[in-house]
Amino acid sequence: MAAAARTRVAALEGWFTLEDPPHLLGSRCRVCGTYYFPRLSGFCRNPDCESAEFEAVPLSRTGRLWSYTNACYRPPAPYVSAEPFVPFGIAAVELAEERLIVLGQLASGVELGRLRIGMPVELILESLYSDAQGEHVVWKWRPLGEPA
Amino acid sequence: MTGEVAVLGVGMHPWGKWGRNFVEYGVHAARAALKDAGVAWREVQFISGAATMRCGYPGYVAGATFAQALGWQGAQVNTSYAACASGSQALAAARAQILAGGCDVALVVGADTTPKGFLAPMAGHRPEDPDWVRFHLGITNPTYFALYARRRMALYGATVEDFTAVKLKNAEHGAANPNARYRKRFTREEVLDSAMVADPLHLLHVCATSDGAAAIVLASPQYARRRTAGAVRIAAISTVTPRFASNEVEMPDIATDSAVAATPHSFRASIAAHAYEEAGVGPEELSLAEVYDLAASLELDWYEHIGLCRPGEAEALLRSGATRIGGRIPVNTSGGLACFGEAVPAQALAQVCELVWQLRGQAGERQVPNARLGISANQGLFGHGSAVIVKA
Repeated sequence: MAAAARTRVAALEGWFTLEDPPHLLGSRCRVCGTYYFPRLSGFCRNPDCESAEFEAVPLSRTGRLWSYTNACYRPPAPYVSAEPFVPFGIAAVELAEERLIVLGQLASGVELGRLRIGMPVELILESLYSDAQGEHVVWKWRPLGEPA
Repeated sequence: MTGEVAVLGVGMHPWGKWGRNFVEYGVHAARAALKDAGVAWREVQFISGAATMRCGYPGYVAGATFAQALGWQGAQVNTSYAACASGSQALAAARAQILAGGCDVALVVGADTTPKGFLAPMAGHRPEDPDWVRFHLGITNPTYFALYARRRMALYGATVEDFTAVKLKNAEHGAANPNARYRKRFTREEVLDSAMVADPLHLLHVCATSDGAAAIVLASPQYARRRTAGAVRIAAISTVTPRFASNEVEMPDIATDSAVAATPHSFRASIAAHAYEEAGVGPEELSLAEVYDLAASLELDWYEHIGLCRPGEAEALLRSGATRIGGRIPVNTSGGLACFGEAVPAQALAQVCELVWQLRGQAGERQVPNARLGISANQGLFGHGSAVIVKA
């Protein structure tokens, strides 16, 4: 493998920005203001809203830890596992402005033992897996204010 | 209130990892239920199958598959799919047909053959399917169970010991159930020494996937009276969807609804509430309950969602011994998923079978004295509520 910087591609295209700092990409209904993640088009899911108009919006990149766990066993495909499998953490994060909870992996190296429900966390991009195409990155959560 | 229908017969194929075709299990359970009912297959006017997605086309059309296996006799047919709630939907279809006057006697069957390990999504590159996306991110079913377990620990002071106590209780119950896959009385040490799957849950806190089948013969009250006096009755079947904005972190979604423009609602609490309203009864009248313990910790959530106690009080209820056989309100007298493992389309029907045996006084060593009223609660992926109330 060449030492040159590898091509960075989004593991889920259109779900988040690749800029620094990164954001999740959601939709907001132009009529009732409801947020959606992932993005939605065509119909608002609020039963009292018949809107079909949405704007694409970046979601808050910080939130509060709603709960957390880890994956000690290799998940089945379409998870692409390193060899050998490396366990990873998973967080559920409450976004205040959007009033929703979103899941995602925890950044590598975040120990569950120092997490507390309610603590502030922020979104970063990290590798989900790599292949011949390059580094497939995805959003992950880590305690707010930690060095990269 | 909706009209009541009678349960004439129930039957199962024991849960396990038998590795045979799901149709075999379904036929076994159907014949057991028909025998229990004293009804011949040729008398059945409506067959309702709970579908399975893992057994190819015959699984998608389970009603017709079972009808063909039992021998085509011209019955009307239905197949229902609602993931883990498929059995309740198949039951609801049969009840509706009876109450509408379309038939007098119906057979409901659910059966599955499951693969080893995690349940996985359908193959291909399908980022438009939330179930595909979450597995791509490494988020399996136990992830969701563990997120809720951790919440209970932080909010209500639950401990891993409580989750283990649920498992030990259900293992004790299931040890006396001939249809259960696991009939071992586990020890606390065995549970805590089992591998960590999703912190704080160990392997023995999380249910397995199993092969199995359950079947129920339903009849109109008039038809039932000609066969038997005092058949137990289905008093309610709840098949509700969530209400927007649903605030539960729910398989297979990556995010909850946003509650910016609407009040947040708890889906799980609404499932049993609808059943109580339909039956005109309340949780204080229950003799027992069968709830969906995909993980031991989720059983505690269900105590609250079906109204056995208020939010935050489930640990106290468990520790008091109220939810074991012999206690005030025994939960999962069958042994629950802890002892059965999940056979998706059969599971909601298996819960009802247990309630029926209990209400008839036929539960043997598991018998709850003088059981008169029971509820089952379960939930299917993608927003399918499921609760059934059975009355003696």
